[in-house]
Amino acid sequence: MTRTVFTQSMQEMQEEMLSLGSMVEKAVARSIEALRTQNVELAQQVIEYDEHINAQRWKIEENSTLLIATQAPLARDLRYIFAVMHIATELERMADYAQGIAKLTLRIVDEPLLKPLVDLPRMADIGRELLMEALDAFIEQDAERARQIARRDDEVDQLYEQVYRELLTFMISDQRTVPRATHLLWVAHNLERIADRVTNICERTVFAVLGDIEEMG
Amino acid sequence: MAQRSLRPEMRRAAKEAPVGDAIMSARDLSVHYGAFQAVRDVNLSFYENRITALIGPSGCGKSTVLRCMNRMNDLIPIARVSGEVLYHNHNIYGPNIDPVEVRRRIGMVFQKPNPFPKSIYDNVAWGAKINGYRGSMDDLVERSLTQAALWNEVKDKLKDSGLSLSGGQQQRLCIARAIAIQPDVILMDEPASALDPISTLKIEDLMQELTRNYTIVIVTHNMQQAARSSDFTAYFSVGEDRAGYLVEYGPTHEVFTNPKDPKTEDYITGRVG
Repeated sequence: MTRTVFTQSMQEMQEEMLSLGSMVEKAVARSIEALRTQNVELAQQVIEYDEHINAQRWKIEENSTLLIATQAPLARDLRYIFAVMHIATELERMADYAQGIAKLTLRIVDEPLLKPLVDLPRMADIGRELLMEALDAFIEQDAERARQIARRDDEVDQLYEQVYRELLTFMISDQRTVPRATHLLWVAHNLERIADRVTNICERTVFAVLGDIEEMG
Repeated sequence: MAQRSLRPEMRRAAKEAPVGDAIMSARDLSVHYGAFQAVRDVNLSFYENRITALIGPSGCGKSTVLRCMNRMNDLIPIARVSGEVLYHNHNIYGPNIDPVEVRRRIGMVFQKPNPFPKSIYDNVAWGAKINGYRGSMDDLVERSLTQAALWNEVKDKLKDSGLSLSGGQQQRLCIARAIAIQPDVILMDEPASALDPISTLKIEDLMQELTRNYTIVIVTHNMQQAARSSDFTAYFSVGEDRAGYLVEYGPTHEVFTNPKDPKTEDYITGRVG
């Protein structure tokens, strides 16, 4: 087999991407946990952790650029490297949403939650599950599985609709709840966007495998 | 550098123009050297004012195919060509075809620059002279050297020997010599492999410029060169019987980003051997 060094570098880049994926998954889990338990310290940790996620993303981008510059990858290799670069960007944005949730938590921590959170943690759980599965499909270079994962974005969208209606009901019935409900709506929006970014990762997987651009959103 | 900055516009114009008719086509082209079959059943078309790159590993027959395009293989006694090579719908291997006339219309530039041991002026004028060119020879020399992007560098020393030029300049002189006899196809057999990177880029820019008036077919071992400079790419491989054959042919941007055949994929991503 030729190109041993190149293949090894690609392998390393893939591992860096998976490591970024776990960092992001952890950030999402912690952000929603901080909100659910009104934990200021945990929310602070999520906000500070974002720096490490950004650094990891730049590391992947730098390595990808270096591979393109020095190894002149073509065809499947080229698509793969570009896909990794884009996925790293998606992951970093997902972490920004998690950081956003942590910041919202700090803003509403002084008041009791409107209600025990059920649907928001579910949205976060599904988002995290889809994220790990999407990364797995990318590693396996399985386009069909990527398509199936992207379809599950609907589950998160439905929960978002549900949360939206519920919070609206709170606001209509008692306008003193408006500030708190609005903040929770922003949280829901962030979670919905996280799942959308998973769909983008699935699109990149199909592109890397087949060379086709398929809109899945 | 100015030349290089012109390139994106030129490329865009080329891409926007619809692909015209095939100016040359190989039909079931096979080549034997004695008992050995070097090329098997190649079917391939070259389009007007486009650059087609022939790529593939050593021994895949790409240079042999190139040499068939202007009957250069006639000069190898044991070479036997079967099938057809159509040029403007005429088989150049047909009866009553003069190979010298074929080579006038379908010029060739070789791997190693090979100027005649004559002056720069005579290198360009010589072919036209023996072809009975009647116009102003000075104009033809200037025009050909300008088209070959060499005029500004040599206009004050046209009487100097062609061999006094640098390798890259010599190769552009050979291109000027090829276009002075006004062919419409130029075959290039690894025209830049003996040159340094800057001279290589100059030749590639020049190829883009030349597509305004000529159709170019280039054999290259340099995949990046094929990717950078050609509109179409043909990938050749070697069969188990050691005969070269065409694996895949298509627009360069497709062959290099999403080839259809796994053999092409393996070759251009370097997963061979």
